[in-house]
Amino acid sequence: MFDTGKLKRGEIIINMGPQHPSTHGVLRLEVLTDGEIVKDVIPHMGYLHRCYEKHAEKLPYNQVIPFVDRMDYLAAMNSEHAYAMGVERMLGIDKDIPKRVEYIRVLVAELNRISSHFVAIGTYGLDIGAFTPFLWVMRDREHINRLLEWLSGARMLYNYIWVGGLFYDLPVGYEDRCKDFINYLKPKLIELQKVIIDNKIFIERTANIGVLPLDLAINYGITGPMLRGSGLKFDLRKVDAYSVYPEIDFDIPVGTGEMGTTGDCWDRTSVRVKECFESVRIIEQCLEKLTGEYKRTREFDPQALVPKKIRPKAMDFYVRAENPKGELGFFFRTTGNTDVPFRCKVRAPSFVNLSVLQAISKNVMIADLVAILGSFDIVMGEIDR
Amino acid sequence: MSYTFQDIKEAIQTQFGTQVVVSENTALQQPQLVLSKESIKNVCLFLRDDNRFFFDQLSCLSALDNGPVKNTIEIIYHLYSIPFNLFFILKVEVERGDGKEDLPEVPSIVDVWRTADWHEREAFDMYGIKFSGHPDLRRILLPADWEGYPLRKDYTEQEYYHGIKVAY
Repeated sequence: MFDTGKLKRGEIIINMGPQHPSTHGVLRLEVLTDGEIVKDVIPHMGYLHRCYEKHAEKLPYNQVIPFVDRMDYLAAMNSEHAYAMGVERMLGIDKDIPKRVEYIRVLVAELNRISSHFVAIGTYGLDIGAFTPFLWVMRDREHINRLLEWLSGARMLYNYIWVGGLFYDLPVGYEDRCKDFINYLKPKLIELQKVIIDNKIFIERTANIGVLPLDLAINYGITGPMLRGSGLKFDLRKVDAYSVYPEIDFDIPVGTGEMGTTGDCWDRTSVRVKECFESVRIIEQCLEKLTGEYKRTREFDPQALVPKKIRPKAMDFYVRAENPKGELGFFFRTTGNTDVPFRCKVRAPSFVNLSVLQAISKNVMIADLVAILGSFDIVMGEIDR
Repeated sequence: MSYTFQDIKEAIQTQFGTQVVVSENTALQQPQLVLSKESIKNVCLFLRDDNRFFFDQLSCLSALDNGPVKNTIEIIYHLYSIPFNLFFILKVEVERGDGKEDLPEVPSIVDVWRTADWHEREAFDMYGIKFSGHPDLRRILLPADWEGYPLRKDYTEQEYYHGIKVAY
């Protein structure tokens, strides 16, 4: 908190949030301003703290998954995927998971990645005064929500990926509907690119704003589209090559400073838009496999490997995966004699990404602070856990 | 070439002497090196700047309470080197104290990786670990006037918080 006794002439402390539409949830920014200039900013959070880690110490592994959903509620599938992968590796069954299950997991995770990026791009447009793209992405996101609802019964918090398998196989006809959706989405993505990242007003508003240099980004532990926006080609889907990602061909878009400086708000947003194209490529390849090599059979049981009792040996285990926001890590401590984790710490990407805000928003305009914060794509559910 | 756990351990021991390493846990799938708490900051600096390893990213910093019987709190550092794709896990073990006046103290590594800033604040918030040298050690997720450290195994919540009944 700022010391009010040390304010200089003309300086005012302003609270932005927790009920402010530009702070993307219940984040409170304590801003020290001098006129229109932000001298310093301190983020305060915890308004959405739901004691995830305490709950996880009381629940069996499979019952933690719904709580995992509620952390990053915009990309629940991705979080579930990371969590299930971690527990499977601890149990030593990660190599036995059927390929069809893995492809379905990647398919739904990438669908969810697109939907999460859509929210990021759309609300970012809103933040800086572009209303049209928000309505467009919400319209297209609705299709994804419906697809995932068909799959799991829920629109946002799925509990679909289980430890050792899936809740249910794809419904009959799902692959065709996905294909239709992809064919519908492709031209819409190009439209989205035109209306957002190639838009003159948008470029003027975001280029050279909130520049995050690469060394600072790495030192702050920034990951995900923010790190790639700063120009490093680093994606855990490639680096760790988990699940079936090594069998899939896709590129990693990085920021190059095309419109201004590398690592500015424009770069971060453009990385997200380009990642949507890459996700579409991944989904197409998954659908190809799911209708060809690993197609639906009568015998296929997605719950065949789901363990009746999840009791990993005593160990410490850290698992990480690429979420739409960055590296999601789970740290487990297991004792080997109970079904509940002794400790389940979450390294939330939004939490780490937000910590750089103070460093890069000194001496910017108040309106730019909104632009910078919006380009981070934070989800408060994940920061406060 | 890729360095193994033993290589990195030996590099630490040649640099700082053998007494900094308290023990090691190599039986785990992800081996850990337990260090004395005084040496943690210098070892981290060395691992970050040494051109054989370049551990430029702190993936995760977790604290962990072993409960009143074992009477220890552990802090686990997950280091990652982007250029060499190396992992390394450091651990510090301290006495847990009573959780009121007597709190464990560990040197902060904020100067090495800024990631540690909020992670250490979270560890302080949840476990009551004092990180000496931390520039701004406040509670991060809980209210500033909350009593106790909730993720300790023997935590009991306060009865009332500003007149609101806490237990539900």
